[in-house]
Amino acid sequence: MEENLLEIEDLSVHFHTPEGIGRAVDHVSLSIAKGETLGLVGESGCGKSVTSLSILGLIPSPPGRIHSGHIYFDGKDLRSMGENALRHVRGRDISMIFQEPMTSLNPVLPIGRQVAEPLMVHHRISRQAALEEAVQWLNRVKIPAPEKRLHEYPHQLSGGMRQRVMIAMAMVCRPRLLIADEPTTALDVSIQSQILSLMEGLRHETGMSLLLITHDLGVVAQMAKRVVVMYAGQVVEVAGLQDLFERPFHPYTQGLLKSIPRLGSRAAGKKERLKEIKGTVPSLLDPVSGCKFADRCPRVFDVCRERQPELEAIRDGQQARCWKTQFSERSGRYA
Amino acid sequence: MVRYFIKKLITLVVLLLLVSITVFSVLYVLPGDPAQIILGLNATEETLANLRAELGLDRSFWVQYLGWIGDILSGKGSWSINYDMPVYDLILSRLAVTGPLALMAMLIGIVISVPLGIYAARHQNRPGDMIVMFFTQLGLATPEFWLGILLILLFAVKLGLFSAGGFPGWSVDVWGSLKALLLPAFALGVIRASILTRLTRSSMLDVLREDYVRTARAKGLRERSVVYVHALKNALVPVLTILGLQLGQLLAGAIIIENVYYLPGLGRLVFQAIGQRDLPVVREIVLFMAAAVIIVNFLVDMAYASIDPRIRLE
Ligand SMILES: Nc1ncnc2c1ncn2[C@@H]1O[C@H](COP(=O)(O)OP(=O)(O)O)[C@@H](O)[C@H]1O
Ligand SMILES: [Mg+2]
Repeated sequence: MEENLLEIEDLSVHFHTPEGIGRAVDHVSLSIAKGETLGLVGESGCGKSVTSLSILGLIPSPPGRIHSGHIYFDGKDLRSMGENALRHVRGRDISMIFQEPMTSLNPVLPIGRQVAEPLMVHHRISRQAALEEAVQWLNRVKIPAPEKRLHEYPHQLSGGMRQRVMIAMAMVCRPRLLIADEPTTALDVSIQSQILSLMEGLRHETGMSLLLITHDLGVVAQMAKRVVVMYAGQVVEVAGLQDLFERPFHPYTQGLLKSIPRLGSRAAGKKERLKEIKGTVPSLLDPVSGCKFADRCPRVFDVCRERQPELEAIRDGQQARCWKTQFSERSGRYA
Repeated sequence: MVRYFIKKLITLVVLLLLVSITVFSVLYVLPGDPAQIILGLNATEETLANLRAELGLDRSFWVQYLGWIGDILSGKGSWSINYDMPVYDLILSRLAVTGPLALMAMLIGIVISVPLGIYAARHQNRPGDMIVMFFTQLGLATPEFWLGILLILLFAVKLGLFSAGGFPGWSVDVWGSLKALLLPAFALGVIRASILTRLTRSSMLDVLREDYVRTARAKGLRERSVVYVHALKNALVPVLTILGLQLGQLLAGAIIIENVYYLPGLGRLVFQAIGQRDLPVVREIVLFMAAAVIIVNFLVDMAYASIDPRIRLE
């Protein structure tokens, strides 16, 4: 097996709010191999962003706090690193790009400076040299007239261009892991695939790993080889891309797949993407004794409401958190 | 930027014009006949009428206004009834006190409030923040004159470190003059700082929650650069706006504090001129103060644009 670049083990993140403790991430484990693209999918609010932010210690705190678990990057435990050591990992070994390219860029600083900044802090090179390298990167992410753009501000660029700037900024130090949190969600459909193929190209070129977070299974199908499905702060299924689409195990994953709008009905389907799974995500505030998906599950049984299932292997490379793994279709009782 | 500048410049001129008309008409309809004041109660109706004609008081409102504004623009200005000298010279000599006083107060206000506001925002809801919030609440509820008197009692009467009031004059004693302004400037500045601290805090809190601050952290920047470069530059925009408006309150506060400290400044001058019905002096100081506020706010708008490219490049 390939060596893992990132390993998250049993991560729990809690938000301490006046209403109670929100268990945003609940014993999540996942790993990413060197050069691999891992898709992380799930409905909005299921803890994808919080999981990814924990990696670099960027959980807004208060109210958030990593309650337990380990995050190993290249064998080193990021959680036991001091703030200063972690700072040297951020933007150099691990970079992030975010959903909203407008609000994720600083409106009052010129683009060139924002792209050059990681080079100045991590490589300690002069502003001039950093800006020259920034131009090269702006060029690589296919921003026209990059020298001119250096002095422009985010509001002067289109959404797609801003996301290209974000990518250039994340790439300047040639990270070994790029975390992309819904990088195309805020963009026009026509621009989405351009941005995705740009990222795929850069990954291929640099050999970095990619953690691609999305709620769009279409994006996952285009980019990832392996997929982690989250629901209400937990990993409910892990599968290779082919298994995921051909024999999804968890009823939640099955529901997600059914709700993908077919080609051609894209515009119509956009709004009601997940309508087919009835009900809403349970509150993360009160601990659930049974399976968190029980209330929405079309195949729920008594045990599902009583005890929580564990993540169990189904076949090589596929795992699911569902009582069906124990009382399988064979017995005919729960199918 | 040029378009923005021209737009703001036009606003500035229109505002100055409106203010001058307002100031003039308010004092025009106010009771109190300057001729009567100059000649005293025993003057005959005939001498009064002569003086009114001489001063132009018998002419229509617009003729009087245009004459006044013409005098001001040509640099002649009016003549003080009470001091028997040009109001311009009077304002200039008093500005030598009020100008530095306002400047010192503003500096004290900024130097206290910006770091304190940032500190409070970064320690939101923790003891340090609560202490800051408590004292700024106290500051908001404290009248300037009362703090002024308190400072006199403490530093002048009890400790004897400062004189209790008065002003030696810049040409006589520079250090003594500076010292004489320190307590009143502090009284004014601390009260301003209360508002500005709270404003800086809330503005900083808003900005620290922004996505681009998270981006800055994700890049591996030092917390110092995250806060003082990426966040502060954005947080200062609303603070700057209020800073300009604060100047008006500062000048109003100066009128009171100059009387507490016996400082021969503009505030004291206008206060006395009102009592003496020295209309030309009152009129021109009020106009001057209003113009100062308007011009400072114009400068604030320019500073605002230099920070925020979205305004500059519109
Ligand atoms: N700043 C916060 N304060 C309180 N709760 C939060 C905060 N950020 C996230 N959460 C909680 O964490 C859950 C997961 O959020 P998130 O990871 O952003 O979901 P997503 O999968 O859409 O990225 C949310 O449902 C919310 O309850
Ligand atoms: Mg998210």
